[in-house]
Amino acid sequence: MLSIKALQASVDGKSILKGLDLEVGAGEVHAIMGPNGSGKSTLGNVLAGREGYEVTGGSVTYQGKDLLELEPEERACEGLFLAFQYPVEIPGVNNTYFLRAALNAQRKHRGEPELDSVAFLKLVREKLKVLDISDDLLHRAVNEGFSGGEKKRNEIFQMAVLEPQLAILDETDSGLDIDALKAVAEGVNRLRSPDRSIVLVTHYQRLLDYIEPDKVHVLAGGRIAASGGPGLAKRLEEEGYQWLEDGGIGSVDGEADKATATA
Amino acid sequence: MSTANSEVERRLEGRYKHGFVTDIEADSLPPGLNEDVIAAISVRKNEPQWLLDWRLGAYRKWLKMREPHWAHLEIDPIDFQAISYFSQPKSDKDRPQSLDEVDPKLLETYDKLGVPLHERAKLAGVAVDAVFDSVSVGTTFKEELKKAGVIFCSFSEAVQDHPELVRKYLGSVVPRVDNYFAALNSAVFSDGSFVYVPKGVRCPMELSTYFRINAAETGQFERTLVVAEEGSYVSYLEGCTAPMRDENQLHAAVVELVALKDAEIKYSTVQNWYPGDEEGKGGIYNFVTKRGDCREDNARISWTQVETGSAITWKYPSCVLRGDNSVGEFYSVALTNNYQQADTGTKMIHMGRNTRSKIISKGISAGRGQNAYRGLVKVGKGAEGARNFTQCDSMLIGKRCGAHTFPYIEVQNPTAKVEHEATTSRIGEDQLFYCLQRGISEEDAVSMIVDGFCKQVFRELPMEFAVEAKALLEISLEGAVG
Ligand SMILES: Nc1ncnc2c1ncn2[C@@H]1O[C@H](COP(=O)(O)OP(=O)(O)OP(=O)(O)O)[C@@H](O)[C@H]1O
Ligand SMILES: [Mg+2]
Repeated sequence: MLSIKALQASVDGKSILKGLDLEVGAGEVHAIMGPNGSGKSTLGNVLAGREGYEVTGGSVTYQGKDLLELEPEERACEGLFLAFQYPVEIPGVNNTYFLRAALNAQRKHRGEPELDSVAFLKLVREKLKVLDISDDLLHRAVNEGFSGGEKKRNEIFQMAVLEPQLAILDETDSGLDIDALKAVAEGVNRLRSPDRSIVLVTHYQRLLDYIEPDKVHVLAGGRIAASGGPGLAKRLEEEGYQWLEDGGIGSVDGEADKATATA
Repeated sequence: MSTANSEVERRLEGRYKHGFVTDIEADSLPPGLNEDVIAAISVRKNEPQWLLDWRLGAYRKWLKMREPHWAHLEIDPIDFQAISYFSQPKSDKDRPQSLDEVDPKLLETYDKLGVPLHERAKLAGVAVDAVFDSVSVGTTFKEELKKAGVIFCSFSEAVQDHPELVRKYLGSVVPRVDNYFAALNSAVFSDGSFVYVPKGVRCPMELSTYFRINAAETGQFERTLVVAEEGSYVSYLEGCTAPMRDENQLHAAVVELVALKDAEIKYSTVQNWYPGDEEGKGGIYNFVTKRGDCREDNARISWTQVETGSAITWKYPSCVLRGDNSVGEFYSVALTNNYQQADTGTKMIHMGRNTRSKIISKGISAGRGQNAYRGLVKVGKGAEGARNFTQCDSMLIGKRCGAHTFPYIEVQNPTAKVEHEATTSRIGEDQLFYCLQRGISEEDAVSMIVDGFCKQVFRELPMEFAVEAKALLEISLEGAVG
């Protein structure tokens, strides 16, 4: 699904990703953890093609294509979805209208007919029910005046409607109350399927209590500093990142979950 | 006054001897401005003496006035002697003979705006039979208006058919020497529209929706007067979203609105004159004086404007809130792209008690466009309990454009409440990326964001106008990003 090799990227001339390798197979859920400022959001932005994030080395292959060659909207239309750490407000643009424009742009790209508003609304209602999102959010402008949690829910709602192949969730769990956290987890779990992949950027184990990842990685110093199974997240929760920097490489809860630090 | 008149008469007589008669019957007057020219305009229009006097009074004052330079505009000096102050619409043989001869780019724009085919030819200045669908439609509506007692006609017709009304209200809101451009207009105005809604009548349709095509050639010194009698209501639409062919560089219009007791006037404008080319060459200079007078209690006037055209726009639709509890509103979208400059805003003059005003201004600058909001909120001594709310937002697209806000507030009554909010945002690179990341193309994203930004204003426009205005912004912004 996604194959990142020796990726280097800089922002404003400042080198942030320094040779990052990551393989995400179809159907897998990967969690990426790591200290503040280590480059997790940068990775998401680079993958999504944000302007100003300059790739200075390495390669990214997505579904067999050279991802870095594609325009940001093409990446989206090819099924790459980024749930933003800080979702953006677009005043005056109706949330439903926005989402329909997005879905139809993607459908058009895939050569599918556009959905009219009736069909779209039907789809939306189904998703809302599942995610326990209030109707009210539909009628408001995109993220405008939404609470932090509402914005995150809205990201998940968009993801549910757009049904991406690869979803990158950048701290979608941060700042959520327990119900919202469950709703986010529900959204992700429903999306899980053998042909879809999910990358969760998170600081907390509690999300992983609801969404069991296949792999956990630690991003530090612009690289994947350690990789392992679900147990790695638990250890990070307990011990923080210090042990990694100390060069402490260790097995985490047994053979099956071997953590390997490469820093 | 009387000596002045006889002087003009003498001069006119003198001219007649030298064949001036044939001159004034010609299609246009030679360039230049003097009292003879004004008299010739007046004679040509068969105006009563008082109106000629009125024009001349304005002219004499104008001679002593100076062009205003306080606006945030860079303007090359205008040579008022190089302009022809009276010209008939071009004769058919000078026009393109069919749409095939019209600039394809213009036609493309009409296509995008969804301008009906039969209107395109007229807008593009093509010589076609004067019979359009819109004319026959127009006649039906004229009948309906007549039944309701609403007078809606050209200003020249009103001068002939309803001189007492014109005389009573002309210049009663915008004094003829109000400002430099208003004085010039008062001296030489060509034509415009006249609306009179009698007491208690709710005008049965949006005025000018069906007539806008025919009003397309009212000339560069347009004069409009709208009078709403007690308890009446009228909504007036001015302008047209389709870019109009116009060879006059200088436009100086005056619009006066009079709302009497409990009356309401909604005045909507879409202005899309030629803005000049991408290098800033050519384009219309648009200096407009628009003012509404809430002359009696509970009157209500609301201005809504979408300004995307002209090289230079200088325009401050205002409300004088004289009657107690009267309400003034101003909703504006002004867009400048390439080298366009706009200095626009409003004045709300609170005089009556419990008068309320609301100002929503949205300025969009792209390219090297410069956009200034200039607003005055004045609360007089007697305006107990007056309220104003002003919201003034600017959006910048790209890095070479500018937005400027000049709010002036003068409050002489301590019970007044005046609120002002202002924001400036660069079209969010982050908003844009958010849209792209969801699969929306850059062009669609920009128009979506801009449309959202203008929502509060578009909401005030009559439905079909709002749709056109939206399309218009999209076209005006083409190529602004990326
Ligand atoms: N536009 C930018 N200009 C300058 N520096 C930037 C920019 N964007 C990111 N950075 C820097 O890049 C580094 C990585 O930032 P990034 O947002 O990717 O971190 P993160 O791992 O997501 O952190 P957090 O856990 O706090 O979200 C930080 O040092 C940040 O200051
Ligand atoms: Mg981050």
